[in-house]
Amino acid sequence: MPGQLKEVRNRISSVQSTQQITKAMKMVSAAKLRRAQDAILQMRPYAQKLQEMLSNIVSNIEGGADIKLAAERPVEKVLLIVITSDRGLCGGYNANIVKLAKQLVADKYASQFAKGNVTIWNLGKKGYESLTRSGYKTTGTYRDIFLNLKFENVQEIAQAAVKAFENKEFDAVDIIYSEFKNAATQRFVAEQFLPIPKVQQKKGAKKADFIFEPEQDKLVAELMPKILNTQLYKAVLDASASEHGARMTAMDKASDNANELLKSLRISYNRARQAAITTELTEIVSGAAALQG
Amino acid sequence: MTLEILTPETKLYSGEVHGVQLPGIEGSFEILEKHAPLVAALGKGKIKVLKTKSEIFSYTIQSGFAEVLDNKTTVLVEGAAE
Repeated sequence: MPGQLKEVRNRISSVQSTQQITKAMKMVSAAKLRRAQDAILQMRPYAQKLQEMLSNIVSNIEGGADIKLAAERPVEKVLLIVITSDRGLCGGYNANIVKLAKQLVADKYASQFAKGNVTIWNLGKKGYESLTRSGYKTTGTYRDIFLNLKFENVQEIAQAAVKAFENKEFDAVDIIYSEFKNAATQRFVAEQFLPIPKVQQKKGAKKADFIFEPEQDKLVAELMPKILNTQLYKAVLDASASEHGARMTAMDKASDNANELLKSLRISYNRARQAAITTELTEIVSGAAALQG
Repeated sequence: MTLEILTPETKLYSGEVHGVQLPGIEGSFEILEKHAPLVAALGKGKIKVLKTKSEIFSYTIQSGFAEVLDNKTTVLVEGAAE
């Protein structure tokens, strides 16, 4: 009996220390999530203004703009940029993104994949590990970008993709990431990155008599890479916020589960203790009775 | 006129200024009060903000864009440093 008691006590203390870790991780994720959300808010005015400028320019070009990066060609070689996290313990977050990536390959790029023409760049270690294991062609891996999330680092990746697209190493580039909704829900999306989806001439665009410096075509050519940088940066920021959100929820659940486990362990501990006391009492009483008799 | 300098990471500056000098890719230029509507690409160089005629501060940038509309100048920059 005392042996069993000790066992339960050990389990209780081990569950308690695990719970401490999950609680701490939850707090840390909450703090990081807030920072990630701030970063999204900070980026928004820039992205909006950039879009606005583009539509202002395009609306002032007669007959629409001729954009090199928007040129569609037969899709033979595909690049997927998959954004996952570097670390685990965030519920189904990484698994869901990997699943979406595989599904996209199966649905949209099956024929290219059969010829071995689907390449995957991974942002984040988890996706790289899991996709490599499943036999996908994973060349570029970028790790630790979430550690120190800087626009310059993301810009590098975007420019590398643009360059590869211009050199016709790839005919289409998609990004797969998780869009941030709120801490508890993420939306996993696949977005076309290159060629650039057609720019619409918005009605709200101002038809002011702009001076263009240099002329519109060159401006658009300058503006396009910037927009792509921003698009990828936004995806990375969204992914980072989603990751922290997912981890926060996962850790919250883990702490709850630990609580429940502790409750039932305490009950069995008390039951074992009670049983030990009862046996001891019976022994004493019967011993005393034997002496008297 | 109002000036706003934005980067993807933060809002660098926002407020009333006397004028601003920008490094256009085809040469540096200055924007003062009531400038005509303009969209320009910026190259590597220095943005000089003239808060008043004598109070000047500057940022170095890698590249960017400037838009002037309705006496409001918006500058979008990448790779900005004080």
